[in-house]
Amino acid sequence: MSDENNVGEDNETVTGIEAPIYLKYNFTAGAAASRFLTRIKEGVLTGQRCPRCSQVYIPPRGSCAACGVPTEEEVELADKATVESFTIVSIPIPGNPIEPPFVVANLVPDGANISVIHLLSECDNAEVHIGQRVQAVWKPQEEWGYALDNIRYFKPLDEPDVPVERIGKLPVTGLEG
Amino acid sequence: MSQPDVLHQAFELGFTYTRSTGPVVGRFLTELKKRNIVGIKASDGRVIVPPMEYDPDTAEELGEFVEVGQQGEIVSFAWVREPRAAHPFDRPFAWAMIKLDGADVPMVHCVAAEAESDVATGARVQAVWADEPRGFITDIRCFELV
Repeated sequence: MSDENNVGEDNETVTGIEAPIYLKYNFTAGAAASRFLTRIKEGVLTGQRCPRCSQVYIPPRGSCAACGVPTEEEVELADKATVESFTIVSIPIPGNPIEPPFVVANLVPDGANISVIHLLSECDNAEVHIGQRVQAVWKPQEEWGYALDNIRYFKPLDEPDVPVERIGKLPVTGLEG
Repeated sequence: MSQPDVLHQAFELGFTYTRSTGPVVGRFLTELKKRNIVGIKASDGRVIVPPMEYDPDTAEELGEFVEVGQQGEIVSFAWVREPRAAHPFDRPFAWAMIKLDGADVPMVHCVAAEAESDVATGARVQAVWADEPRGFITDIRCFELV
């Protein structure tokens, strides 16, 4: 707790306390996520394809949630993606350095069948929409680590919208493919 | 696909709660700041420490504060051989249920002692105050054997 408690108008009566709880833990990524992070450190987004239903998962979990079978085939994905859904955050979140309003979106990278969550920027927030084409804006290569925030955010692409029924079904080559 | 080295990283997740104390616990903490310990009188006449806002039996609102003693008796205890980082001591100590003089229910707090064999049910203990009380339960730094 901090040294100063909340006190009432008399500057004496205690009306509140700081009662933080800190959870300290060691996160082990496991084989699939470790491989994903190792590749993203090289600037490449990868997923894993299910041998049964052929769905491509990003980030890969090492198994298919639908079929319950291990996923071993690694698939390189594009850093172009489609907006599957989004939200505009207008309220500041304690501890989050990003200043609102900002856009958080579920984005399906070309070649994948499910979305990853990331930021959208360099855009007019009011014009963000489902089906919009976007591309990753990467940090300088010397700053790349084992993290998805090697991508600073995604920004709009000047490409036609993807019809809703085709979102999550594009090949790595994108709309044209 | 080659097997990667498995990555791991330390994380800390903080829930930075601020809690409103309300009039009853607020009064208890305010009194601690003045090095007093207060309880509250329940409908059946029992003195409950720390005080609670509503009667445990009838649910009626309580408001009659009673100052209790700074000494009491250990009702039960657990000896901590290996304190953790969040514990109030970095050496072995006891968590104890302590029934303060004038109280009818015990309150949990820590007891400083050299050895487990020094602590016993029925042992008398005395509150030790922090140098600068600020309105928190740790204003009572610990209890010591009398």
